[in-house]
Amino acid sequence: MTHEKTPFRRSFTPFRGLYDPCPPLLKKTYVVPPNLFIGFQPPDFPQFSAIDALKTGTLWTPFYDYYDNPYKK
Amino acid sequence: MTHSLSKEYYRDLEEIQAVDFVLFELALYLDTHPTDSQAIKQFNQYALYSLKLKTAFESLHGPLRFGTPNRNEKVWEWSQSPWPWQV
Amino acid sequence: MWTYEKKLMYPVKVSTCNPTLAKYLMEQYGGADGELAAALRYLNQRYTIPDKVIGLLTDIGTEEFAHLEMIATMIYKLTKDATPEQLRKAGLAEHYVSHDSALFYNNAAGVPFTAAYIQAKGDPIADLYEDIAAEEKARATYQWIIDQSDDPDLNDGLRFLREREIVHSQRFREAVEIISEDRDQKKVF
Ligand SMILES: [Fe+2]
Repeated sequence: MTHEKTPFRRSFTPFRGLYDPCPPLLKKTYVVPPNLFIGFQPPDFPQFSAIDALKTGTLWTPFYDYYDNPYKK
Repeated sequence: MTHSLSKEYYRDLEEIQAVDFVLFELALYLDTHPTDSQAIKQFNQYALYSLKLKTAFESLHGPLRFGTPNRNEKVWEWSQSPWPWQV
Repeated sequence: MWTYEKKLMYPVKVSTCNPTLAKYLMEQYGGADGELAAALRYLNQRYTIPDKVIGLLTDIGTEEFAHLEMIATMIYKLTKDATPEQLRKAGLAEHYVSHDSALFYNNAAGVPFTAAYIQAKGDPIADLYEDIAAEEKARATYQWIIDQSDDPDLNDGLRFLREREIVHSQRFREAVEIISEDRDQKKVF
């Protein structure tokens, strides 16, 4: 599976004090996983093929959320 | 006794892992949706398919499931390498 | 009872000889939000949870043992051929002097596992909310390990495990709905 733009991220900018020693990260991101938005799973949910289900870690496409280090350049 | 594993071993194993994964996922779904007959039907199809694949795998590569017949009457195969973390 | 299958749930691969990663992975082996804690938590709570969700706790608890075996496999592969010097450079000298390269239920900082990591309140809502929180914490731990790891094959296995936590959390949320439901109102699928 490839790394697509995910709708399951949020970010905020932490307050910056005058004497913070590290260069600012600018954006601090966090995950809001798909299970927050789906509620009780409805019938006939779209599925991956068996091999893609194994590769992604879920049978159900709406639960899939690829994760990678958000601070990686 | 060590024998190096063939490409087929990994391929056949992954096919089983994929089919069994669908079973795990459907089981968790059915645990909270116990009257979804479409999902039960799919579970049953995959259950039969898994059985078929495992029987074929075991006749080629040795035992996978506890309690299946030992192919060889002279050597107990269950306790032989490789174990899952070794492959 | 349980029976064993001689296979992993997912094909675990590791591409670099990097025992430092094994140290990080111990967080998911014997840590507070790790796979051992998860398996023990659910398989213990199931005896007193409403009947409608016993099956779910049993199945997820069992799956957590399969995850534990995957984590053990990763740690095993990352340390099996490492010399004492390599282990020392990886920050594992303290582990080595007590265990050699044997696995042990420690977290990444070497703190041994304790039952105090898990809860069983006997109150179904309290227990299921604890389970949902545990899944989110395990998901977060996988994220932080992926952030620290540059091994693509290892990260592939870690992504699988992280995704499982999302599905487990979903099912526990559904379990809360099932046991909160008014008996007279039937849910239609
Ligand atoms: Fe889990």
